[in-house]
Amino acid sequence: MTNKHERLASPMPDVAANGLIDRRALLGRGILFVGAVGTGVGTSLNCAAAEPLAVDPWSMIPGVPIPAYGVPAKYEGKVIRTLTNPNNEPRTSQARTPHHLLDGTITPNGLHFVVARTGFPDIDPSKHRLAIHGLVKQPLVFDLEALARYPKVTRINFVECGGNSAQLYSKDPVQANVQAIHGLLSCSEWTGVRLSTLLDEAGIDPKAKWLLAEGADGPSMNRSIPIAKALDDAMIALYQNGERINPAQGYPMRLLVPGYEGNMNVKWLHRIKLIEEPVMAINETMQYTYQVSGPKIWQFFFPMEVKSFVTHPSPGLTLKGPGFYEISGLAYSGNGRIAKVVVSADGGKTWGQAALDAPVLSKALTRFRMPWRWDGQPVVLQSRAWDEAGNVQPTRADMFVERGEPRGNAGMGHMNVITSWAIDNKGEVKHVYG
Amino acid sequence: MSTGERLAVLIPLVLALGGAVTAMAADQPGLGKPVSEADLALWDMSIGPDGKGLPPGSGTPTQGAVIFAQKCEACHGKDGVGGTNAALANAPGKSDRTMALYVPNATTIFDFTRRAMPWPQPKTLANDEVYALTAYILARNKIIGENDVMNAETLPQVAMPNRNAFVSRYPEKH
Repeated sequence: MTNKHERLASPMPDVAANGLIDRRALLGRGILFVGAVGTGVGTSLNCAAAEPLAVDPWSMIPGVPIPAYGVPAKYEGKVIRTLTNPNNEPRTSQARTPHHLLDGTITPNGLHFVVARTGFPDIDPSKHRLAIHGLVKQPLVFDLEALARYPKVTRINFVECGGNSAQLYSKDPVQANVQAIHGLLSCSEWTGVRLSTLLDEAGIDPKAKWLLAEGADGPSMNRSIPIAKALDDAMIALYQNGERINPAQGYPMRLLVPGYEGNMNVKWLHRIKLIEEPVMAINETMQYTYQVSGPKIWQFFFPMEVKSFVTHPSPGLTLKGPGFYEISGLAYSGNGRIAKVVVSADGGKTWGQAALDAPVLSKALTRFRMPWRWDGQPVVLQSRAWDEAGNVQPTRADMFVERGEPRGNAGMGHMNVITSWAIDNKGEVKHVYG
Repeated sequence: MSTGERLAVLIPLVLALGGAVTAMAADQPGLGKPVSEADLALWDMSIGPDGKGLPPGSGTPTQGAVIFAQKCEACHGKDGVGGTNAALANAPGKSDRTMALYVPNATTIFDFTRRAMPWPQPKTLANDEVYALTAYILARNKIIGENDVMNAETLPQVAMPNRNAFVSRYPEKH
């Protein structure tokens, strides 16, 4: 155990090239500011002295009335989703989460990503019904009032579109920010009824190996889901981050199949039919299948595999000169907890282990952090994650050995390769292939 | 509360709810309302790749062409080509991935069309119209002949070009 004086006098060593600092520097002991300690004039390595502080106008008047439902500060108007179909034309709509403008791991409900075949249906919750039928002893119908009386569970899980990060299939690096590339990913605290509870009540016929989950939306989006997953950790989710599920997330109820591709987490859920074999729905044949070498088409590729990316800095977040920065980002796996994240500032030649914010939860976003002293020279930032099942996030070379170069518009999913951000000597961040 | 007291409370409750919940364990809510498959018929529109669930009715590519021009062309283009939305056929000389060339079962086209199309008025097509449109799309992709009739017997038998291309990744290896 060192005393305070010794710690201050001994900055943490770099753990990898281009200024990556040992993650223990994040423990809040002030060790990085050795140059400022004891000088008494408020100057540090890079910063000019602060101006004298005046009393601010908002400190001299009463505040604004408290609204019945709070919204973010008016200065945060740029923290919004990007929309691909704002006028709800007859095609799929996508809304992407601005991960470069958020921190932590929970996505605010209004910023959760959306992929919808039309807009969201305006469902009257008092008239909504959930039917469970097919290979069961007794078909049953539930309303919201009944479901409210069932034992519930709360869990934090990410949901990621199977097509998230598809831009990384491009032959040349797409010039886009983290929202455009990785924004079909969000994470919430979900509360609801275990699906197994309701299936037990209906009585599962042993012949049932799959179930069909269907929404009450106009296109009646539907997917086949293995019974094994339904009995493992699937939930009829009623609440999202403590309040009723957002309309675009499936109000009044959605299926949650943690770790499985987003499309299977059927929104506006109104019917579950137990069946022997998959129905080969449009969303499990035409969409969410992946053309690979062979040529073959992968189908029923469910878990979103281990992935990470740096959110800070990232394109659009220009560095303001050399000095200390925290590199941070998100890591997750549909196969369990994140075990380790490493960060590189030299395009993958040397790596340092990142700190993980606790708690590290299964099938949930994990925030990683790495202290960094930028010397103002060009660097390439990368992150790479491992999950507790031993899976490692692939390099681009690894991925294309297995999958073959993508052809046409097929094969554009389950993309989890390492993301690279190049920073030039002006501090501007660009997407590159490392 | 003793077991006897709990039963005294539960038995009238169970009786009040009718026979359906009598099989439920006393520590389970048992609040699902029994329903018959017949009462779910309007909702139960899923169709298996073997044709299970296909309704009565039939249609031909020629009949489908007329309906397509009225209800589909605005988004999918004339003859299913060059529209603002997904092309359903290839222009001469092209071999892009269309729904009919890609999906492994013809039943999927019927199922999707019936539940989701046309985009502004889903679930308004009559079953004969859905058979006819499915036949039209299959014929436009040269998968069936111009005079072939699609119905509950013939549709599941259609030899789709990609029927052997799909490989299941489930159950997954961790």
